[in-house]
Amino acid sequence: MSLLEVAGLRVRPGDGRDLISDLSFTVDAGGRFGLIGESGSGKSLTALTIMGLLPPGMTASGSVTLDVPGMGRTEIVGAGERRLNRLRGRAASVVFQEPLTALDPLMRIGHQVAGPLRRIQGLRGRALREAVTAALEEVRLAEPGRIAKAYPHEISGGQRQRVAIAMAIACRPALLIADEPTTALDVTVQAEVLALLDGLVSAHSMALLFISHDLAVVSGITDHVLILKDGVAVESGAVLDVVNGPRHPYARELVDSARELDAALDGLNATDGGTR
Amino acid sequence: MSVEQAVIGAPEEDGAKTTPRHVSRSVTLTIGCVLVGVIVLVAVVSLFWVPFAPEDTSGRRLMPPGLPHLLGTDKLGRDLLTQLMIGARIALAAGAGSVLLGGVIGIAAGLAAGFATRWLDDVVSALLDILIAFPTLLLAMLVAATQAASLTSAIVAIGLAMSAIVARLTRVLVKRVLAQDFITASRTSGTSWPRVVIEHVLPNIWPTLSVNLALQFGLAVLAEASLSYLGLGAPPPNASWGRMLQEAQASVFIAPVGVIAPGVLIVVLVIGVNLIADGFRDVADPTRRRRR
Repeated sequence: MSLLEVAGLRVRPGDGRDLISDLSFTVDAGGRFGLIGESGSGKSLTALTIMGLLPPGMTASGSVTLDVPGMGRTEIVGAGERRLNRLRGRAASVVFQEPLTALDPLMRIGHQVAGPLRRIQGLRGRALREAVTAALEEVRLAEPGRIAKAYPHEISGGQRQRVAIAMAIACRPALLIADEPTTALDVTVQAEVLALLDGLVSAHSMALLFISHDLAVVSGITDHVLILKDGVAVESGAVLDVVNGPRHPYARELVDSARELDAALDGLNATDGGTR
Repeated sequence: MSVEQAVIGAPEEDGAKTTPRHVSRSVTLTIGCVLVGVIVLVAVVSLFWVPFAPEDTSGRRLMPPGLPHLLGTDKLGRDLLTQLMIGARIALAAGAGSVLLGGVIGIAAGLAAGFATRWLDDVVSALLDILIAFPTLLLAMLVAATQAASLTSAIVAIGLAMSAIVARLTRVLVKRVLAQDFITASRTSGTSWPRVVIEHVLPNIWPTLSVNLALQFGLAVLAEASLSYLGLGAPPPNASWGRMLQEAQASVFIAPVGVIAPGVLIVVLVIGVNLIADGFRDVADPTRRRRR
Protein backbone atom coordinates (compact mmCIF):
# COMPACT_ATOMS: atom_id res chain seq x y z
CA MET A 1 0.00 0.00 0.00
CA SER A 2 1.43 3.35 -0.86
CA LEU A 3 1.38 6.01 1.84
CA LEU A 4 2.32 8.94 -0.35
CA GLU A 5 1.44 9.11 -3.98
CA VAL A 6 2.60 12.00 -6.11
CA ALA A 7 1.20 11.91 -9.64
CA GLY A 8 1.79 14.42 -12.43
CA LEU A 9 2.69 17.17 -9.95
CA ARG A 10 3.30 20.58 -11.46
CA VAL A 11 4.22 23.65 -9.44
CA ARG A 12 4.46 27.09 -10.95
CA PRO A 13 4.71 30.68 -9.71
CA GLY A 14 2.24 33.29 -10.93
CA ASP A 15 4.32 34.15 -13.99
CA GLY A 16 4.52 30.95 -15.89
CA ARG A 17 7.65 28.80 -15.91
CA ASP A 18 7.21 25.45 -14.17
CA LEU A 19 9.43 24.90 -11.13
CA ILE A 20 8.36 21.29 -10.95
CA SER A 21 6.89 19.56 -13.97
CA ASP A 22 5.15 16.23 -14.22
CA LEU A 23 6.71 14.70 -11.12
CA SER A 24 5.46 11.28 -10.05
CA PHE A 25 6.62 8.91 -7.34
CA THR A 26 5.23 6.84 -4.51
CA VAL A 27 6.45 6.11 -0.99
CA ASP A 28 5.14 2.97 0.70
CA ALA A 29 4.24 2.80 4.34
CA GLY A 30 7.51 2.28 6.19
CA GLY A 31 9.46 2.77 2.95
CA ARG A 32 12.48 4.99 2.42
CA PHE A 33 12.66 7.23 -0.57
CA GLY A 34 15.44 9.61 -1.54
CA LEU A 35 15.01 12.80 -3.55
CA ILE A 36 18.26 14.06 -5.03
CA GLY A 37 19.00 17.25 -6.86
CA GLU A 38 21.08 20.42 -6.88
CA SER A 39 19.79 23.61 -5.29
CA GLY A 40 16.93 25.07 -7.26
CA SER A 41 15.90 21.69 -8.61
CA GLY A 42 12.59 21.74 -6.75
CA LYS A 43 13.37 19.30 -3.92
CA SER A 44 12.32 21.51 -1.05
CA LEU A 45 9.35 22.78 -3.01
CA THR A 46 8.20 19.18 -3.31
CA ALA A 47 8.40 18.80 0.47
CA LEU A 48 6.38 21.98 1.01
CA THR A 49 3.79 20.84 -1.53
CA ILE A 50 3.31 17.58 0.35
CA MET A 51 2.68 19.59 3.54
CA GLY A 52 0.32 21.94 1.68
CA LEU A 53 2.59 24.87 2.52
CA LEU A 54 3.52 26.32 -0.86
CA PRO A 55 4.73 29.93 -0.63
CA PRO A 56 2.11 32.53 -1.57
CA GLY A 57 1.75 33.03 -5.30
CA MET A 58 2.68 29.47 -6.23
CA THR A 59 0.13 27.03 -7.49
CA ALA A 60 0.25 23.26 -7.66
CA SER A 61 -1.64 21.02 -10.04
CA GLY A 62 -1.73 17.29 -10.45
CA SER A 63 -2.19 15.06 -7.46
CA VAL A 64 -0.54 14.45 -4.10
CA THR A 65 -2.36 11.97 -1.89
CA LEU A 66 -1.57 10.87 1.63
CA ASP A 67 -3.18 7.62 2.72
CA VAL A 68 -2.69 7.17 6.43
CA PRO A 69 -4.32 4.30 8.33
CA GLY A 70 -6.96 5.73 10.62
CA MET A 71 -7.00 9.11 8.88
CA GLY A 72 -8.24 8.10 5.46
CA ARG A 73 -7.00 9.17 2.08
CA THR A 74 -6.50 12.88 1.47
CA GLU A 75 -5.81 14.78 -1.70
CA ILE A 76 -3.41 17.54 -0.67
CA VAL A 77 -3.54 19.66 -3.82
CA GLY A 78 -6.49 22.02 -3.41
CA ALA A 79 -7.35 20.86 0.12
CA GLY A 80 -8.58 23.44 2.63
CA GLU A 81 -6.43 24.82 5.42
CA ARG A 82 -8.40 23.05 8.16
CA ARG A 83 -8.13 19.65 6.55
CA LEU A 84 -4.38 20.15 5.98
CA ASN A 85 -3.76 21.28 9.53
CA ARG A 86 -5.18 18.00 10.84
CA LEU A 87 -2.65 16.10 8.76
CA ARG A 88 0.38 18.20 9.63
CA GLY A 89 2.44 16.69 12.40
CA ARG A 90 0.34 13.49 12.41
CA ALA A 91 0.32 12.20 8.85
CA ALA A 92 3.58 13.89 7.91
CA SER A 93 6.12 16.27 9.36
CA VAL A 94 9.41 17.83 8.30
CA VAL A 95 12.96 18.23 9.59
CA PHE A 96 14.55 21.24 7.94
CA GLN A 97 18.09 21.94 6.82
CA GLU A 98 19.07 24.76 9.13
CA PRO A 99 18.13 23.98 12.74
CA LEU A 100 19.05 27.45 14.01
CA THR A 101 16.46 29.17 11.87
CA ALA A 102 13.90 26.36 12.13
CA LEU A 103 13.55 26.91 15.88
CA ASP A 104 11.93 30.00 17.37
CA PRO A 105 14.86 31.97 18.87
CA LEU A 106 12.74 33.42 21.67
CA MET A 107 11.06 30.24 22.88
CA ARG A 108 12.60 27.76 25.28
CA ILE A 109 13.32 24.35 23.72
CA GLY A 110 10.97 22.54 26.09
CA HIS A 111 8.12 24.84 25.14
CA GLN A 112 8.76 24.30 21.43
CA VAL A 113 8.83 20.52 21.73
CA ALA A 114 5.68 20.69 23.87
CA GLY A 115 3.79 22.54 21.10
CA PRO A 116 2.82 19.59 18.89
CA LEU A 117 2.38 17.26 21.89
CA ARG A 118 -0.11 19.65 23.48
CA ARG A 119 -1.94 20.44 20.26
CA ILE A 120 -2.11 17.02 18.68
CA GLN A 121 -2.05 14.60 21.60
CA GLY A 122 -3.83 16.92 24.04
CA LEU A 123 -1.26 16.42 26.81
CA ARG A 124 -1.23 18.88 29.71
CA GLY A 125 0.70 19.55 32.89
CA ARG A 126 2.81 16.75 34.24
CA ALA A 127 2.07 14.30 31.43
CA LEU A 128 3.19 16.97 28.96
CA ARG A 129 6.45 17.64 30.83
CA GLU A 130 7.20 13.93 30.96
CA ALA A 131 6.45 13.55 27.25
CA VAL A 132 8.83 16.44 26.47
CA THR A 133 11.61 14.83 28.50
CA ALA A 134 10.95 11.48 26.81
CA ALA A 135 11.04 13.12 23.39
CA LEU A 136 14.40 14.76 24.16
CA GLU A 137 15.80 11.52 25.56
CA GLU A 138 14.65 9.64 22.48
CA VAL A 139 16.94 11.75 20.29
CA ARG A 140 19.84 10.97 22.67
CA LEU A 141 20.15 14.42 24.18
CA ALA A 142 22.05 14.24 27.43
CA GLU A 143 20.64 16.43 30.21
CA PRO A 144 17.12 16.80 28.77
CA GLY A 145 16.20 18.96 31.77
CA ARG A 146 18.83 21.57 30.98
CA ILE A 147 18.12 21.49 27.22
CA ALA A 148 14.40 21.97 27.82
CA LYS A 149 15.07 25.19 29.70
CA ALA A 150 17.60 26.51 27.16
CA TYR A 151 16.98 28.84 24.25
CA PRO A 152 18.09 27.67 20.78
CA HIS A 153 21.18 29.93 20.75
CA GLU A 154 22.40 28.34 23.95
CA ILE A 155 22.91 24.83 22.53
CA SER A 156 25.09 23.47 19.73
CA GLY A 157 24.11 22.92 16.09
CA GLY A 158 23.96 19.15 16.46
CA GLN A 159 21.82 19.47 19.58
CA ARG A 160 19.50 21.85 17.78
CA GLN A 161 18.99 19.41 14.93
CA ARG A 162 18.23 16.66 17.45
CA VAL A 163 15.63 18.95 19.00
CA ALA A 164 14.12 19.58 15.56
CA ILE A 165 13.96 15.82 14.98
CA ALA A 166 12.35 15.32 18.40
CA MET A 167 9.68 17.87 17.47
CA ALA A 168 9.05 16.32 14.07
CA ILE A 169 8.60 12.78 15.35
CA ALA A 170 6.94 13.71 18.67
CA CYS A 171 3.50 12.75 17.38
CA ARG A 172 4.66 9.71 15.42
CA PRO A 173 3.92 10.86 11.87
CA ALA A 174 3.43 8.14 9.26
CA LEU A 175 5.79 10.02 6.95
CA LEU A 176 8.90 11.91 7.99
CA ILE A 177 10.28 14.33 5.44
CA ALA A 178 13.94 15.15 6.05
CA ASP A 179 14.94 18.16 3.94
CA GLU A 180 18.75 18.19 3.86
CA PRO A 181 18.82 17.46 7.60
CA THR A 182 22.59 17.10 7.82
CA THR A 183 23.83 19.67 5.32
CA ALA A 184 24.32 22.42 7.90
CA LEU A 185 26.21 20.19 10.34
CA ASP A 186 29.85 19.24 10.87
CA VAL A 187 30.80 16.00 9.16
CA THR A 188 31.21 14.06 12.42
CA VAL A 189 27.89 15.32 13.73
CA GLN A 190 26.33 14.51 10.35
CA ALA A 191 27.08 10.83 10.77
CA GLU A 192 25.58 10.78 14.26
CA VAL A 193 22.41 12.56 13.19
CA LEU A 194 22.03 10.24 10.18
CA ALA A 195 22.40 7.19 12.38
CA LEU A 196 19.86 8.64 14.80
CA LEU A 197 17.33 9.30 12.01
CA ASP A 198 17.92 5.84 10.63
CA GLY A 199 17.28 4.21 14.01
CA LEU A 200 14.19 6.27 14.85
CA VAL A 201 12.56 5.70 11.47
CA SER A 202 13.01 1.94 11.85
CA ALA A 203 11.96 1.89 15.50
CA HIS A 204 8.65 3.60 14.81
CA SER A 205 8.22 2.12 11.33
CA MET A 206 7.80 5.54 9.81
CA ALA A 207 8.20 6.15 6.11
CA LEU A 208 11.10 8.45 5.23
CA LEU A 209 11.35 10.92 2.38
CA PHE A 210 14.97 11.99 2.45
CA ILE A 211 15.92 15.07 0.46
CA SER A 212 19.56 15.85 -0.29
CA HIS A 213 22.03 16.97 -2.90
CA ASP A 214 24.41 14.28 -1.72
CA LEU A 215 24.04 10.95 -3.53
CA ALA A 216 26.36 9.18 -1.11
CA VAL A 217 24.31 10.21 1.93
CA VAL A 218 21.01 9.34 0.28
CA SER A 219 22.15 5.97 -0.98
CA GLY A 220 23.21 5.06 2.53
CA ILE A 221 19.84 5.62 4.12
CA THR A 222 17.16 4.99 1.47
CA ASP A 223 16.27 2.14 -0.82
CA HIS A 224 14.70 4.07 -3.70
CA VAL A 225 15.86 7.32 -5.22
CA LEU A 226 14.64 9.89 -7.68
CA ILE A 227 16.98 12.41 -9.27
CA LEU A 228 15.54 15.84 -9.99
CA LYS A 229 17.04 18.39 -12.34
CA ASP A 230 15.33 21.72 -12.98
CA GLY A 231 12.07 20.33 -11.65
CA VAL A 232 12.07 17.29 -13.89
CA ALA A 233 12.69 13.71 -12.76
CA VAL A 234 15.64 12.49 -14.82
CA GLU A 235 16.14 9.12 -13.21
CA SER A 236 14.49 6.95 -10.60
CA GLY A 237 14.65 3.44 -9.28
CA ALA A 238 16.21 1.25 -6.62
CA VAL A 239 19.38 2.77 -5.15
CA LEU A 240 21.61 -0.07 -6.35
CA ASP A 241 20.32 0.13 -9.91
CA VAL A 242 20.83 3.87 -10.10
CA VAL A 243 24.31 3.77 -8.59
CA ASN A 244 25.44 0.83 -10.70
CA GLY A 245 23.82 1.76 -13.98
CA PRO A 246 22.82 5.42 -14.26
CA ARG A 247 21.19 6.06 -17.63
CA HIS A 248 20.67 9.81 -17.74
CA PRO A 249 23.85 11.89 -18.24
CA TYR A 250 23.13 14.01 -15.14
CA ALA A 251 22.67 10.91 -13.00
CA ARG A 252 25.92 9.51 -14.37
CA GLU A 253 27.67 12.76 -13.52
CA LEU A 254 26.39 12.56 -9.94
CA VAL A 255 27.49 8.96 -9.54
CA ASP A 256 30.88 9.63 -11.08
CA SER A 257 31.60 12.63 -8.89
CA ALA A 258 30.61 10.68 -5.79
CA ARG A 259 32.99 7.90 -6.92
CA GLU A 260 35.78 10.37 -7.61
CA LEU A 261 35.43 11.80 -4.12
CA ASP A 262 35.58 8.30 -2.69
CA ALA A 263 38.62 7.44 -4.77
CA ALA A 264 40.34 10.67 -3.76
CA LEU A 265 39.77 9.83 -0.10
CA ASP A 266 41.03 6.28 -0.63
CA GLY A 267 44.09 7.69 -2.37
CA LEU A 268 44.79 9.97 0.58
CA ASN A 269 44.45 7.03 2.92
CA ALA A 270 46.91 5.02 0.87
CA THR A 271 49.61 7.74 0.82
CA ASP A 272 48.96 8.45 4.48
CA GLY A 273 49.47 4.78 5.30
CA GLY A 274 52.62 4.67 3.15
CA THR A 275 54.42 7.52 4.86
CA ARG A 276 53.88 6.16 8.33
CA MET B 1 12.03 57.18 9.71
CA SER B 2 15.17 57.50 11.74
CA VAL B 3 13.77 56.04 14.97
CA GLU B 4 12.52 52.97 13.15
CA GLN B 5 15.80 52.40 11.38
CA ALA B 6 17.80 52.91 14.51
CA VAL B 7 15.75 50.27 16.29
CA ILE B 8 15.59 47.74 13.47
CA GLY B 9 19.11 48.24 12.29
CA ALA B 10 20.63 47.83 15.75
CA PRO B 11 23.41 45.32 15.16
CA GLU B 12 23.43 42.11 17.14
CA GLU B 13 26.28 42.21 19.58
CA ASP B 14 28.37 39.09 19.75
CA GLY B 15 28.69 37.05 22.88
CA ALA B 16 32.07 38.33 23.99
CA LYS B 17 30.88 41.90 24.26
CA THR B 18 27.63 41.29 26.10
CA THR B 19 28.95 41.26 29.64
CA PRO B 20 30.20 44.85 29.99
CA ARG B 21 27.27 46.19 27.97
CA HIS B 22 24.96 44.15 30.10
CA VAL B 23 26.21 45.86 33.22
CA SER B 24 25.92 49.34 31.73
CA ARG B 25 22.45 48.51 30.44
CA SER B 26 21.24 47.48 33.86
CA VAL B 27 22.64 50.74 35.25
CA THR B 28 20.69 52.80 32.72
CA LEU B 29 17.61 50.75 33.53
CA THR B 30 18.05 51.49 37.24
CA ILE B 31 18.54 55.22 36.76
CA GLY B 32 15.56 55.36 34.41
CA CYS B 33 13.38 53.50 36.91
CA VAL B 34 14.41 55.89 39.71
CA LEU B 35 13.65 59.01 37.63
CA VAL B 36 10.29 57.74 36.43
CA GLY B 37 9.58 56.26 39.88
CA VAL B 38 9.91 59.69 41.50
CA ILE B 39 7.40 61.20 39.06
CA VAL B 40 5.00 58.28 39.54
CA LEU B 41 5.30 58.62 43.32
CA VAL B 42 4.53 62.34 43.16
CA ALA B 43 1.51 61.65 40.93
CA VAL B 44 0.20 58.98 43.30
CA VAL B 45 0.66 61.21 46.34
CA SER B 46 -1.21 64.02 44.57
CA LEU B 47 -4.28 61.80 44.44
CA PHE B 48 -4.47 61.82 48.25
CA TRP B 49 -2.72 64.96 49.35
CA VAL B 50 -1.60 68.27 47.90
CA PRO B 51 -0.34 71.24 49.96
CA PHE B 52 -3.13 73.56 48.74
CA ALA B 53 -6.31 73.15 46.72
CA PRO B 54 -5.43 73.57 42.99
CA GLU B 55 -7.94 76.41 42.52
CA ASP B 56 -6.91 78.16 45.78
CA THR B 57 -5.77 81.66 44.72
CA SER B 58 -5.47 83.02 48.27
CA GLY B 59 -1.69 83.30 48.17
CA ARG B 60 0.19 86.43 47.09
CA ARG B 61 1.06 86.46 43.43
CA LEU B 62 4.47 85.36 42.12
CA MET B 63 5.91 84.60 45.56
CA PRO B 64 9.46 83.18 45.65
CA PRO B 65 10.04 79.76 47.27
CA GLY B 66 9.53 79.81 51.05
CA LEU B 67 6.78 79.14 53.57
CA PRO B 68 3.97 78.28 53.37
CA HIS B 69 4.37 77.96 49.57
CA LEU B 70 7.45 75.74 49.26
CA LEU B 71 8.09 76.53 45.60
CA GLY B 72 6.28 79.87 45.56
CA THR B 73 3.12 80.84 43.69
CA ASP B 74 2.14 81.58 40.11
CA LYS B 75 0.72 84.81 38.65
CA LEU B 76 -2.74 84.03 40.05
CA GLY B 77 -1.42 83.22 43.52
CA ARG B 78 -1.84 79.44 43.18
CA ASP B 79 0.63 77.13 44.93
CA LEU B 80 3.28 75.98 42.47
CA LEU B 81 4.08 72.66 44.16
CA THR B 82 0.41 71.69 44.04
CA GLN B 83 0.27 72.50 40.36
CA LEU B 84 3.42 70.50 39.63
CA MET B 85 2.14 67.46 41.53
CA ILE B 86 -1.14 67.45 39.64
CA GLY B 87 0.80 68.04 36.44
CA ALA B 88 2.70 64.79 37.03
CA ARG B 89 -0.61 62.96 36.98
CA ILE B 90 -1.60 64.63 33.71
CA ALA B 91 1.76 63.94 32.07
CA LEU B 92 1.71 60.24 33.02
CA ALA B 93 -1.93 59.88 31.96
CA ALA B 94 -1.12 61.52 28.62
CA GLY B 95 1.86 59.20 28.05
CA ALA B 96 0.10 56.01 29.14
CA GLY B 97 -3.18 56.82 27.39
CA SER B 98 -1.51 57.69 24.09
CA VAL B 99 0.71 54.60 24.14
CA LEU B 100 -2.26 52.38 24.97
CA LEU B 101 -4.40 53.85 22.21
CA GLY B 102 -1.61 54.18 19.64
CA GLY B 103 -0.20 50.76 20.58
CA VAL B 104 -3.47 48.84 20.28
CA ILE B 105 -4.54 50.47 17.01
CA GLY B 106 -1.02 50.46 15.59
CA ILE B 107 -0.23 46.83 16.42
CA ALA B 108 -3.60 45.62 15.12
CA ALA B 109 -3.22 47.57 11.87
CA GLY B 110 0.41 46.52 11.50
CA LEU B 111 -0.43 42.83 12.00
CA ALA B 112 -3.21 43.08 9.42
CA ALA B 113 -0.90 44.78 6.92
CA GLY B 114 1.88 42.29 7.65
CA PHE B 115 -0.40 39.38 6.84
CA ALA B 116 -2.28 41.08 4.00
CA THR B 117 -1.98 40.24 0.33
CA ARG B 118 0.36 42.37 -1.72
CA TRP B 119 -2.39 44.66 -3.04
CA LEU B 120 -3.98 45.43 0.33
CA ASP B 121 -0.55 45.83 1.91
CA ASP B 122 0.41 48.45 -0.70
CA VAL B 123 -2.76 50.43 0.01
CA VAL B 124 -2.29 50.32 3.79
CA SER B 125 1.40 51.25 3.50
CA ALA B 126 0.58 54.25 1.29
CA LEU B 127 -2.03 55.43 3.83
CA LEU B 128 0.44 55.06 6.67
CA ASP B 129 3.10 56.98 4.76
CA ILE B 130 0.68 59.87 4.21
CA LEU B 131 -0.28 59.84 7.89
CA ILE B 132 3.34 59.79 9.00
CA ALA B 133 4.32 62.56 6.58
CA PHE B 134 1.85 64.73 8.52
CA PRO B 135 3.67 66.24 11.52
CA THR B 136 2.40 64.60 14.72
CA LEU B 137 1.75 67.93 16.37
CA LEU B 138 -0.21 69.27 13.41
CA LEU B 139 -2.38 66.15 13.36
CA ALA B 140 -2.88 66.44 17.10
CA MET B 141 -3.85 70.11 16.74
CA LEU B 142 -6.42 69.21 14.08
CA VAL B 143 -8.05 66.60 16.30
CA ALA B 144 -7.87 68.81 19.38
CA ALA B 145 -9.29 71.77 17.48
CA THR B 146 -12.35 69.90 16.19
CA GLN B 147 -13.61 69.32 19.72
CA ALA B 148 -13.33 71.10 23.06
CA ALA B 149 -9.74 70.96 24.21
CA SER B 150 -9.30 68.45 27.03
CA LEU B 151 -6.86 65.84 28.22
CA THR B 152 -8.91 63.20 26.36
CA SER B 153 -8.79 65.09 23.07
CA ALA B 154 -5.03 65.48 23.47
CA ILE B 155 -4.61 61.75 24.17
CA VAL B 156 -6.80 60.78 21.19
CA ALA B 157 -4.85 63.11 18.94
CA ILE B 158 -1.41 61.95 20.07
CA GLY B 159 -2.50 58.29 20.11
CA LEU B 160 -3.82 58.43 16.55
CA ALA B 161 -0.67 60.06 15.24
CA MET B 162 1.40 57.48 17.12
CA SER B 163 -0.63 54.54 15.80
CA ALA B 164 0.59 55.22 12.25
CA ILE B 165 4.23 55.01 13.35
CA VAL B 166 3.61 51.90 15.45
CA ALA B 167 1.63 50.29 12.62
CA ARG B 168 4.43 50.79 10.13
CA LEU B 169 7.05 49.39 12.47
CA THR B 170 4.80 46.43 13.35
CA ARG B 171 4.17 45.71 9.67
CA VAL B 172 7.89 45.52 8.90
CA LEU B 173 8.62 43.38 11.96
CA VAL B 174 5.74 41.00 11.18
CA LYS B 175 6.87 40.59 7.59
CA ARG B 176 10.37 39.83 8.75
CA VAL B 177 9.23 37.21 11.26
CA LEU B 178 6.83 35.58 8.79
CA ALA B 179 9.68 35.09 6.31
CA GLN B 180 11.64 33.03 8.87
CA ASP B 181 12.00 29.27 8.63
CA PHE B 182 10.64 28.59 12.07
CA ILE B 183 7.22 29.85 11.03
CA THR B 184 7.11 27.27 8.22
CA ALA B 185 8.56 24.67 10.58
CA SER B 186 5.88 25.39 13.14
CA ARG B 187 3.20 25.17 10.45
CA THR B 188 4.43 21.73 9.40
CA SER B 189 3.52 20.49 12.85
CA GLY B 190 -0.03 21.78 12.46
CA THR B 191 0.04 25.19 14.16
CA SER B 192 -2.92 27.30 12.98
CA TRP B 193 -2.44 30.93 11.91
CA PRO B 194 -3.96 32.45 15.07
CA ARG B 195 -1.65 30.31 17.19
CA VAL B 196 1.32 31.27 15.00
CA VAL B 197 0.55 34.91 15.77
CA ILE B 198 0.23 34.35 19.52
CA GLU B 199 3.09 31.90 19.98
CA HIS B 200 5.64 33.10 17.45
CA VAL B 201 4.88 36.46 15.83
CA LEU B 202 3.99 38.57 18.88
CA PRO B 203 6.84 37.30 21.11
CA ASN B 204 9.34 37.85 18.29
CA ILE B 205 8.27 41.39 17.47
CA TRP B 206 7.85 42.37 21.14
CA PRO B 207 11.51 43.12 22.04
CA THR B 208 11.79 45.74 19.30
CA LEU B 209 8.22 46.94 19.61
CA SER B 210 8.29 47.42 23.37
CA VAL B 211 11.43 49.54 23.17
CA ASN B 212 9.76 51.65 20.52
CA LEU B 213 6.58 52.00 22.61
CA ALA B 214 8.65 53.19 25.56
CA LEU B 215 10.28 55.82 23.32
CA GLN B 216 6.82 56.78 22.09
CA PHE B 217 5.75 57.29 25.71
CA GLY B 218 8.43 59.95 26.10
CA LEU B 219 7.43 61.58 22.81
CA ALA B 220 3.78 61.57 23.91
CA VAL B 221 4.68 63.37 27.16
CA LEU B 222 6.48 66.02 25.10
CA ALA B 223 3.57 66.26 22.65
CA GLU B 224 1.07 66.73 25.48
CA ALA B 225 3.23 69.47 26.99
CA SER B 226 3.39 71.16 23.58
CA LEU B 227 -0.36 70.91 23.05
CA SER B 228 -1.03 72.29 26.53
CA TYR B 229 1.45 75.06 25.89
CA LEU B 230 -0.66 75.98 22.86
CA GLY B 231 -3.84 75.79 24.92
CA LEU B 232 -5.03 72.52 23.33
CA GLY B 233 -4.58 70.29 26.39
CA ALA B 234 -6.29 69.85 29.73
CA PRO B 235 -8.18 73.06 30.68
CA PRO B 236 -7.72 74.79 34.08
CA PRO B 237 -7.82 74.12 36.96
CA ASN B 238 -6.09 70.87 35.88
CA ALA B 239 -2.47 71.85 35.81
CA SER B 240 -0.38 70.62 32.92
CA TRP B 241 3.35 71.22 32.86
CA GLY B 242 3.09 72.57 29.33
CA ARG B 243 0.47 75.15 30.28
CA MET B 244 2.40 76.08 33.43
CA LEU B 245 5.42 76.85 31.22
CA GLN B 246 3.32 79.02 28.98
CA GLU B 247 1.69 80.91 31.85
CA ALA B 248 4.96 81.53 33.68
CA GLN B 249 6.87 82.53 30.59
CA ALA B 250 5.99 86.24 30.80
CA SER B 251 7.30 86.49 34.36
CA VAL B 252 10.43 84.39 33.87
CA PHE B 253 12.78 87.09 35.22
CA ILE B 254 10.63 87.88 38.27
CA ALA B 255 9.74 84.28 39.24
CA PRO B 256 12.13 81.89 37.41
CA VAL B 257 11.02 78.84 39.44
CA GLY B 258 7.66 78.91 37.66
CA VAL B 259 9.41 78.13 34.36
CA ILE B 260 12.32 76.05 35.59
CA ALA B 261 10.36 73.59 37.72
CA PRO B 262 7.91 72.26 35.09
CA GLY B 263 10.68 72.32 32.49
CA VAL B 264 12.95 70.20 34.66
CA LEU B 265 10.16 67.74 35.43
CA ILE B 266 9.36 67.27 31.73
CA VAL B 267 13.03 66.59 31.03
CA VAL B 268 13.34 64.19 33.97
CA LEU B 269 10.33 62.15 32.88
CA VAL B 270 11.36 61.98 29.22
CA ILE B 271 14.98 61.09 30.00
CA GLY B 272 13.84 58.50 32.54
CA VAL B 273 11.53 56.85 30.03
CA ASN B 274 14.26 56.81 27.39
CA LEU B 275 16.74 55.22 29.77
CA ILE B 276 14.19 52.53 30.61
CA ALA B 277 13.58 51.96 26.91
CA ASP B 278 17.30 51.49 26.35
CA GLY B 279 17.74 49.10 29.27
CA PHE B 280 14.53 47.26 28.44
CA ARG B 281 15.90 45.71 25.25
CA ASP B 282 17.96 43.20 27.20
CA VAL B 283 15.13 42.21 29.47
CA ALA B 284 12.72 41.61 26.62
CA ASP B 285 15.07 39.64 24.36
CA PRO B 286 16.65 36.47 25.76
CA THR B 287 19.11 36.17 22.86
CA ARG B 288 20.73 39.39 24.11
CA ARG B 289 21.11 38.14 27.65
CA ARG B 290 24.42 36.75 28.79
CA ARG B 291 25.27 33.45 27.14
CA ARG B 292 26.00 30.41 29.21
